[in-house]
Amino acid sequence: MSELQLVQILSPEGELLTDPEYPLDISTEEIRALYRDLVMVRRFDVEATALQRQGELGLWAQSLGQEAAQVGSGRALIPGDYAFPTYREHGVAWAKGVPPEKLLGMYRGINHGGWNPHDNDFHLYTLVIGSQTLHATGYAMGIQRDKSNNAVIAYFGDGATSQGDVNEAFTFASVYHAPVVFFCQNNQWAISQPIESQTKVALYKRAAGFGFPGVRVDGNDVLAVLAVTRVALARARAGEGPTLIEAFTYRMGAHTTSDDPSRYRLAQELEEWKLKDPIARVKSYLTRSGLANEDFFADIEKEAEAMASKLRGDIIDAEDPYVEAIFDYVYAEPHPILEAEKNAYINYLESFAEGDKE
Amino acid sequence: MITLGKAINMGLRRALTEDPKVLVMGEDVGKLGGVFRVTENLQTEFGEDRIIDTPLAESGILGTAIGLALRGYRPVCEIQFDGFVYPAFDQITSQLAKMHSRSLGTLKLPVVVRIPYGGGIGAVEHHSESNETYFAHTAGLRVVTCSNPNDAYWMMQQAIQSDDPVIFFEPKRRYWDKAEIDEAAPSLGLHETRTVQEGNDLTLISYGPTVRTAIEVAAVCAKEGRSVEVMDLRTLSPLDLAPVFESAQKTGRVVILHEAPTFLGLGAEIASQITEECFYSLDAPVLRVGGFNVPYPPARLEEHYLPDLDRTLDAIDRAFAF
Repeated sequence: MSELQLVQILSPEGELLTDPEYPLDISTEEIRALYRDLVMVRRFDVEATALQRQGELGLWAQSLGQEAAQVGSGRALIPGDYAFPTYREHGVAWAKGVPPEKLLGMYRGINHGGWNPHDNDFHLYTLVIGSQTLHATGYAMGIQRDKSNNAVIAYFGDGATSQGDVNEAFTFASVYHAPVVFFCQNNQWAISQPIESQTKVALYKRAAGFGFPGVRVDGNDVLAVLAVTRVALARARAGEGPTLIEAFTYRMGAHTTSDDPSRYRLAQELEEWKLKDPIARVKSYLTRSGLANEDFFADIEKEAEAMASKLRGDIIDAEDPYVEAIFDYVYAEPHPILEAEKNAYINYLESFAEGDKE
Repeated sequence: MITLGKAINMGLRRALTEDPKVLVMGEDVGKLGGVFRVTENLQTEFGEDRIIDTPLAESGILGTAIGLALRGYRPVCEIQFDGFVYPAFDQITSQLAKMHSRSLGTLKLPVVVRIPYGGGIGAVEHHSESNETYFAHTAGLRVVTCSNPNDAYWMMQQAIQSDDPVIFFEPKRRYWDKAEIDEAAPSLGLHETRTVQEGNDLTLISYGPTVRTAIEVAAVCAKEGRSVEVMDLRTLSPLDLAPVFESAQKTGRVVILHEAPTFLGLGAEIASQITEECFYSLDAPVLRVGGFNVPYPPARLEEHYLPDLDRTLDAIDRAFAF
């Protein structure tokens, strides 16, 4: 571990280390696959950011710089493990197999969440900070009652640790030994507020006060994140309760495309974190160890370009929602008042169409 | 004869027996049986995994109930007192109410939130509020309240069977009211208004704890030669106002009685809809009797705050003065 008490398996220079507490059993093929994930997720995020700049999305929350934290933890999950994301977990969605274009729907204003969470065990994005950590805990309590061998992972950021809901989730999960892993991406910034404005202690240390282990991992090290998350999930499955993982990373982009970080942080800080880039270190390792050649990297670049191009086409061609959708999903069971309101509005709209004909 | 509190207990017990996915969760609901004993003996019968004593955190109760519902369970959450629901307000209004819609209908949230509400028991602050309007104003929620043991028994089961979230308001000062219950079959659906007694001269609409007051008012009016039709709304969202319109068209005079503050209370919505639907049948404006627009007062003043028999009779006199 480094001076920051950071679990690290792949140094920023691409040097493979070992951590006796977190042994990682991984094949070269798996590391190459993780590299592909990282590149694809970054390319996806770059394309979505461009789409926002071109007016095709109303907003975008970039995952730039957090790819290793998201891909590493996402790839630690087994089928049936359920993930509860914030609104930035594009890398976890990728690992879970959610079609990329589905993530853009809410940012384009087509819907508030356009995928079926049960298809990929990946819940909808949650915008109210920290709320989903309780949903994850409750879902884990359900798994417990089902005597299933699955676990849950709850994503949240450093700012969310100040929320009551997150602290209540820690409490519930702890007293019930719920099979949930709390995965905090400490990207150092909650919009304009640095981590120092949220906490006086390292976030992973908070777990001790709730009675479960906390660990800080290099969030830009996909191998360390994978190893640490696997251990935490195994603990959850074994009925030993929750773990808090603090993935120490950096928000390389703005909070969202509406934000302007130049108003509150120094460019120098970004330059320092660029040296710890999550993708560069895997590439260095693969290159230096002779585990991948130029063709391998070029093929992935090509694949990423094709994905980005398809994404662009998919979202621009996406159909706008139909008007009735406003009313259609408010209740699961029949609701006569809403039905009447819908019919009245449809008739109102149709009255204009009739007028046009005259 | 069964008390209203016991009737809810029996309704919960039957739902727990019939569906293994039904859970009860809240503060002190297990060993203690709840501060009003509504969940008494359930933990002994159904175990700690199904009757869950939770940490003291309302948002936590609702948030984990949502997660359990996503996993296929049907949690019934108890909020210990009306004034303690606000820490869970975000989970109820932003998450529970909207998740079905947000998921374009793919997720179902069959969660019941039980809230003992209203005053009249001499309690300290935060223990006597009628905050149903907040929830009735939130799309995605269903809001109901019972006024008698038979409704309490059946409506609890119907609320648990609903695939939508239901906020279930329990009139706490009526927990000890006794009546017979019919365990064979419910007399009404969850979202139906009941005509408690028929009358020809004025329609008196109420729900929850003040239905008994309304029945007492009608008895006094009868002695004065005024025939009052009493209606128990039962469902606050969606409202079932067709029978109310029919009654208003018959009597031409309407008074609405509830404990909640009148400003933007349910009465305001109902009065507005009656005006739209029954304008030419009305002989007087629709009048409201309710709580004042103040924080719920200390116990020694609550008799002034709570709309009672005399204030309702006064409103009825005013309705007849037009």
